[in-house]
Amino acid sequence: MNVTIIDYNSGNISSVINSFKEVAKDKVNIEVTSDLIKIKTADKVVLPGQGSFKSCVDALNNIEGLVDTLNGFTINNKKPLLGICVGLQMFADIGYEETETKGLGWVSGKVSKIDNQNRNYKLPHIGWNQINIVKDSKIFKGIENKSHMYFVHSYEFIPEDKSVISATTDYSSNIVCSVEKENIFGTQFHPEKSDKIGLQIIQNFLNL
Amino acid sequence: MLKNRIIPCLDVKNGRVVKGINFVDLKDAGDPVEQAKIYSDGGADEICFLDITASNENRETIYDVVDKTSKKCFVPLTVGGGVRSVEDINKLLNCGADKVSINTAAVQNSKVVEDSSRKFGSQCIVVAIDAKRNEDGWEIFTHGGRNSTGINALEFASKMEKCGAGELLVTSMDKDGTQSGYDIELMKKVSSMVNIPVIASGGVGTLDHLVDGIKSGASAVLAASIFHYGNYSINEAKQYLASKDIPVRI
Repeated sequence: MNVTIIDYNSGNISSVINSFKEVAKDKVNIEVTSDLIKIKTADKVVLPGQGSFKSCVDALNNIEGLVDTLNGFTINNKKPLLGICVGLQMFADIGYEETETKGLGWVSGKVSKIDNQNRNYKLPHIGWNQINIVKDSKIFKGIENKSHMYFVHSYEFIPEDKSVISATTDYSSNIVCSVEKENIFGTQFHPEKSDKIGLQIIQNFLNL
Repeated sequence: MLKNRIIPCLDVKNGRVVKGINFVDLKDAGDPVEQAKIYSDGGADEICFLDITASNENRETIYDVVDKTSKKCFVPLTVGGGVRSVEDINKLLNCGADKVSINTAAVQNSKVVEDSSRKFGSQCIVVAIDAKRNEDGWEIFTHGGRNSTGINALEFASKMEKCGAGELLVTSMDKDGTQSGYDIELMKKVSSMVNIPVIASGGVGTLDHLVDGIKSGASAVLAASIFHYGNYSINEAKQYLASKDIPVRI
């Protein structure tokens, strides 16, 4: 099996690479690339993302043909894709970080700044928070409800169709932290930094 | 509910772990990669490496340490010490650091904080503030606590938040190495003034000091000696905090 981590200058992806390689061992081939042919022929794709919504979308658009290739992979060919952090946020139609920016539009919704309730909540939301599993997701196999995951973000994805939500976390409000829509998976938290339980989520994705 | 973080810090010099009293008198005690792995297996919420003498010496060794650690530890890794430029930050991130802490460079040129937070995201930019009491409050020091600046620590903290820092690592120079507890007043003042998370540092000697640090409003507590010399394990610290009704990840 070939799993491709998309390398599109979206910030620091070394932790994502390290964790997938750790889980994959020699059984799964992990490729880190922006090569369109390799992405097309991959069995699974991981879309990381750090920095702002706008900077990640711009970085995707800067690689000619990448967005079309990803659309083909997920929407036409229905192959599994995992978005992490801003990688998940980019599933939305629109994001409001820095300036209004069009997303990939795979999962209808928007990405807005977390409400800090009159400065009662610090932002970024940094650290370990428990997830409330609200839907049986394939990537949560063996993961207990209320498990701790590592978060670091100031913006949240608000999907229109609530049935795509597989987990939420409680901060200043109930924040969507995982979605599953057919072959499209996403986590707002960082499985690659969430210790053994995070590696289990990566394992589950590789096992799909 | 978001949990309060416990962050063991490993002071690293020439690729080896050391911990000094008031930034001098260094003792050598171990391999940073092994130490970090022990901490992450023990439940550390994050690992911090501080390359303490990096401002003056050859610091290539830290890249190798970070690279090796990030392949073994799957919790966030923060690295600081001698970070001068956006390029230094880029290099550390590429080696596997998740966050980079900036001290002297942030004071000398706040544009480094602005540029790096824009380029890599605020989430990976930590500004480390070394503060010492004076008659007006607290003054910040640079170069590992060696140089005074005349800059007010609270004003500087506020400025760094505006420049795009994602977190502030606040160390009391008066308390560091004394094991007499954090400078609680300093932590309270900084935490209530900024709306980004504050990591309290400098002075931990007992588990109650960790409790006091969190109660001061800090989101995370950093400690070195009490963990490093085996006085307490990370798990003991967490159990103790939990017994005092402080939310931690266990």
